[in-house]
Amino acid sequence: MKLDAKTPSGALAEKWDRHKFEMKLVNPANKRKYTVICVGTGLAGASAAASLGELGYNVLNFCIQDSPRRAHSIAAQGGINAAKNYQNDGDSVYRLFYDTVKGGDYRSREANVYRLAQLSVNIIDQCVAQGVPFAREYGGLLDNRSFGGAQVSRTFYARGQTGQQLLLGAYQSLMRQVHQRAVRLFTRREMLDLVVIDGQARGIIVRNLMTGAIERYAADAVILATGGYGTAYYLSTNAVGSNVTAIWRAHKRGALFANPCYTQIHPTCIPVSGEHQSKLTLMSESLRNDGRVWVPKKTGDARSPEQIPEAERDYYLERKYPSFGNLVPRDVASRNAKEACDEGRGVGESGLAVYLDFQDAIQRLGADVIKEKYGNLFHMYQKITDENPYKVPMRIYPAIHYTMGGLWVDYNLMSNLPGLHVLGEANFSDHGANRLGASALMQGLADGYFVIPYTIGHYLASTTQPKVTADHDAFKEAADNAQRQITRLLSVKGNRGIREIHRELGRIMWDDVGMARTAESLERALTAIPKLRDEFWNGVSVPGTPDNLNQSLEYAGRVADYLEFAELLALDALHRRESCGGHFREESQTPEGEALRDDENYAYVAAWEFTGVGRQPELHKEPLQFEEVHPTQRSYK
Amino acid sequence: MKLKLKIWRQTGPTSAGRLVDYAADHVSPDMSFLEMLDVVNEGLIKQGEDAIAFDSDCREGICGTCSLVVNGIPHGPDRGTTVCQLHMRRFKEGDTVTIEPWRAVAFPVVKDLVVDRSAMDRVIAAGGYVSVNVGGAPDGNAIAIPKEIAETAMDSAACIGCGACVAACKNASAHLFMGAKISHLSLLPQGQAERQRRVVAMIEQADAEGFGSCSNEGECEAVCPKEIPISNIARMTREYMKAMLATR
Ligand SMILES: Cc1cc2nc3c(=O)[nH]c(=O)nc-3n(C[C@H](O)[C@H](O)[C@H](O)COP(=O)(O)OP(=O)(O)OC[C@H]3O[C@@H](n4cnc5c(N)ncnc54)[C@H](O)[C@@H]3O)c2cc1C
Ligand code: FES
Repeated sequence: MKLDAKTPSGALAEKWDRHKFEMKLVNPANKRKYTVICVGTGLAGASAAASLGELGYNVLNFCIQDSPRRAHSIAAQGGINAAKNYQNDGDSVYRLFYDTVKGGDYRSREANVYRLAQLSVNIIDQCVAQGVPFAREYGGLLDNRSFGGAQVSRTFYARGQTGQQLLLGAYQSLMRQVHQRAVRLFTRREMLDLVVIDGQARGIIVRNLMTGAIERYAADAVILATGGYGTAYYLSTNAVGSNVTAIWRAHKRGALFANPCYTQIHPTCIPVSGEHQSKLTLMSESLRNDGRVWVPKKTGDARSPEQIPEAERDYYLERKYPSFGNLVPRDVASRNAKEACDEGRGVGESGLAVYLDFQDAIQRLGADVIKEKYGNLFHMYQKITDENPYKVPMRIYPAIHYTMGGLWVDYNLMSNLPGLHVLGEANFSDHGANRLGASALMQGLADGYFVIPYTIGHYLASTTQPKVTADHDAFKEAADNAQRQITRLLSVKGNRGIREIHRELGRIMWDDVGMARTAESLERALTAIPKLRDEFWNGVSVPGTPDNLNQSLEYAGRVADYLEFAELLALDALHRRESCGGHFREESQTPEGEALRDDENYAYVAAWEFTGVGRQPELHKEPLQFEEVHPTQRSYK
Repeated sequence: MKLKLKIWRQTGPTSAGRLVDYAADHVSPDMSFLEMLDVVNEGLIKQGEDAIAFDSDCREGICGTCSLVVNGIPHGPDRGTTVCQLHMRRFKEGDTVTIEPWRAVAFPVVKDLVVDRSAMDRVIAAGGYVSVNVGGAPDGNAIAIPKEIAETAMDSAACIGCGACVAACKNASAHLFMGAKISHLSLLPQGQAERQRRVVAMIEQADAEGFGSCSNEGECEAVCPKEIPISNIARMTREYMKAMLATR
């Protein structure tokens, strides 16, 4: 299989405009004859469904929550990037492009990233027009803050609830289309299979989570915007319902899975408190604008933080990276935190934490200013830990947060399966091996508002397809397939908890496929995962019946997919014998301990083809060319 | 610590429900309330018993999915806190804790502690937006918005749409939920064009869904996990009066 990224020719800055002109259009009167399925109502899915509805397509929109507004995007805190240069501090489309390619450690596609940077400015305009209450300065203009990996201030925000406000903007636009009957909404539906007919994606199979009914939906094109797979690690900052199921099952139907090993570990999360823990809570990266990260200089220093004098503290990020300081990219900050803890300088009961201290900022700016900027985060921290961060430094530790890998897509956001489009965190496209903060919201909305409305029209206008309905044999086969899996899960009747197995998978993934990976640890994971998968299928207990709301059954299905997918993630990590961005192989580091890439051998996208559960998948490579930015060793010193 | 739980079990929308006793024997003060329920469920699942159904997703107080009435109070005893952020250190050894679903005509029970809140989506669909299609938006800084106004709009926009206000209200009114959205949009210049149409359409839809009217009990404000003030309802009422006068 030859992977064609379909990157338009011409100068980088002109590619998207030219492509927009060259793409075919669907006549406005014909649009309503086309049905488009959009799975997901997060920033990517809601923005896509709303925009396609506005254009006149017949859109079917699905989500697992009871309301589209509850998609995981709602939880994004810190902000969204855009190259507006409102601060007059030297920002530009080119700089955002450059920062993103560099931040991704030269493992993304230049043309995609450039388009993303171009579209970033339209996103802010669109959201303001929807009434998104972004933070403003006293003069009434939009305010910005800084995020890691950038030396300009280009992050727009709405307190610590940016994702919520952006998603509500998209949700409201979506509900307007629902009201106008351009979009039909299907909530509490879980996609369980993709229907492929004559090589084209033509529909989906879902389970109605309230009644248990297996439902079939046919369409002319399918969009998956189902988010990331961070919960493969059990504990992560993702919502507990986040899953790999939709994209994994599409993968099993032939869609290639790209770079699964590119996972992002966020440096500032609230540390684990015990076995019962069900998720980890992020403390937004924006806190690193004003918080200073430190650990005691001495190992095993058990004094409380206020008893440790200034001279005995190591502000290690400021010390090692003077020009970026506390605002180094996430992968760098996370690895340094791990290193400090590995050296025995970690703080708190478990020793698996570092301080994030606001004393200086409170003294400089006053507690009120800090409260206005971060009030909800401080409140959240206090709720969880019972400690007051205005008085004592926060304790933070890295956690799985975002997944750069996802289904392979071309420049048009279409997978290798014609008609199957993938948007937002579910695709692999723009962040390379490490995503910069405030760029996921930007990507999700760029994909949904500004890319897919053009590219899906092009696909529909340039494809001839037979009419199919959900009575087609392929729908029956896929529905039976989904049903079989459900019956099988319910018939194991073992005595092991679903959560217990998921937790164990998480432990394997975090210990052996986590922040620092070695050939040895990855081999270990590759033995442990199939073993755990067998234990699951022989011993899991899934109570209840299939014909009503059964959350145990839903959860078991997602864990079953993770037990297959995790193997691919580990295998990809093993095959990539270099370090890049969030993928750190201990064997490949600079003398200073930074990630050492191997451009000669690994400057490609690894796109895996499914060949069967537990069988070696087939690797396809999309070489990456860098015409604008010359790959160098990333330096944030 | 050990707790006694009384939990509402109901197998489906049309069946009768009842409170069932459970024991939670290994509760750590650092657990969240939902993690405590996870542990109870793990025990039930191991015995092959149907787990207690309850909704949650983000578990950090922002998605509005979790929806439990704890000892008679939506989201439980802590002010300004969703039940997913409520921690067990709030309870004492031997406490009896009663857990029930949101109760309102407009929120039918799906199973156990899970209810159907799609009525709230339909209220938003009736008019809770600014009608702008994608494309053609002016520059984000084209209209300056005074900081205080942007901040007040944000205070209202912070609503997570959980429905606790409805569950707390003896009339099962959705006025705080609607007032928050109407305030958010009517405060901003972008929301002006549809200001009158919006408030009328949303209130009509809410009536059709079976949400009750407001008799100023203030219970909604008391349980709102985002502490959205009741002044949002007053603003909505003003908007509604203005709209009615204008259309006469
Ligand atoms: C705590 C936190 C804070 C963050 N902060 C920021 C930030 O400040 N800035 C930033 O840029 N990024 C941030 N991110 C990342 C960003 O929020 C996400 O990457 C982004 O929102 C993902 O959007 P999405 O639309 O791709 O997917 P999601 O929002 O995850 O939506 C997925 C949708 O798919 C549906 N779905 C999933 N599986 C199925 C299925 N099987 N069947 C049917 N439907 C399904 C869900 O119901 C949902 O509607 C943060 C992430 C977290 C976890
Ligand atoms: S689970 Fe999201 S608010 Fe409680």
